[in-house]
Amino acid sequence: MEESNRRLLRARDTMDRTYAQPLDIPALAQIACVSEAHFIRTFRATFGETPHRYLQRRRVERSMFLLRETDRRVTDICLDVGFSSLGTFSRTFSEILGQSPTDYRKRSDIKAVPTCFGMAWTRPSSFGEAAARQPL
Amino acid sequence: MLKSIIISHVWVLDQDQALDFYVGKLGLEVKQDLPLGFMRWLTVAVPGEPNREILLEQPGPPAMDEATAQTVRELISKGATGFTVGFTTDDCQKTYETLLAKGVEFTQEPVERFYGIDIGLRDPFGNHIRITQQTATPPA
Repeated sequence: MEESNRRLLRARDTMDRTYAQPLDIPALAQIACVSEAHFIRTFRATFGETPHRYLQRRRVERSMFLLRETDRRVTDICLDVGFSSLGTFSRTFSEILGQSPTDYRKRSDIKAVPTCFGMAWTRPSSFGEAAARQPL
Repeated sequence: MLKSIIISHVWVLDQDQALDFYVGKLGLEVKQDLPLGFMRWLTVAVPGEPNREILLEQPGPPAMDEATAQTVRELISKGATGFTVGFTTDDCQKTYETLLAKGVEFTQEPVERFYGIDIGLRDPFGNHIRITQQTATPPA
């Protein structure tokens, strides 16, 4: 179990580093030393969500950072974090966070924290709480 | 009142492998390696900072039952133990290059932040470690 977890973690760390690139399941499965189908199945069993959803949340977390900390246009931020269309970005962002990127930018105010904590703790939840959350 | 931190704790899955990583790769030094019978008391420290040790402890019986130890091992190996330990360095880029050449697994290349330049890495078991080159005057 530990060996399998460790290999999956290695693949997940790769996703964290290369979040702006297209999701490459064959490459990630190779890092985890399993077949593509087995990778998706065991990733979900281990981390509670599919690799696709994990990557979406990582990208949304990065876009939240850029919306808060920069003046870049929403369209540019969308492309920066790896989404290929503004429509998909806005829909995914709103679905996960319960508000649009523009509204988020207007209301956000987060104090700076060390990188790893920002990445881990400002990442939006994956479990459908968006509708119930209060706007930030 | 409290005066200082003298010892912190990191779970490892194999103490020999931990020594190879924390001493052989990160450059820490062994402070205590005592076979107590019921456990191996193994601590390491940053050279020049002998009064702050890190205990490299292996989960297992009799301290905890095997099922609990298995849960701990699973959490470590899937990176769920969170941030484990942070070190400082005078030259983050050089440290990164040195450790990369030794085969250390990085989660983040050197990045400049408001508090300095830092890198993220994992030990062989999945623990998350950070190394920071702090700014001269840390923000308040």
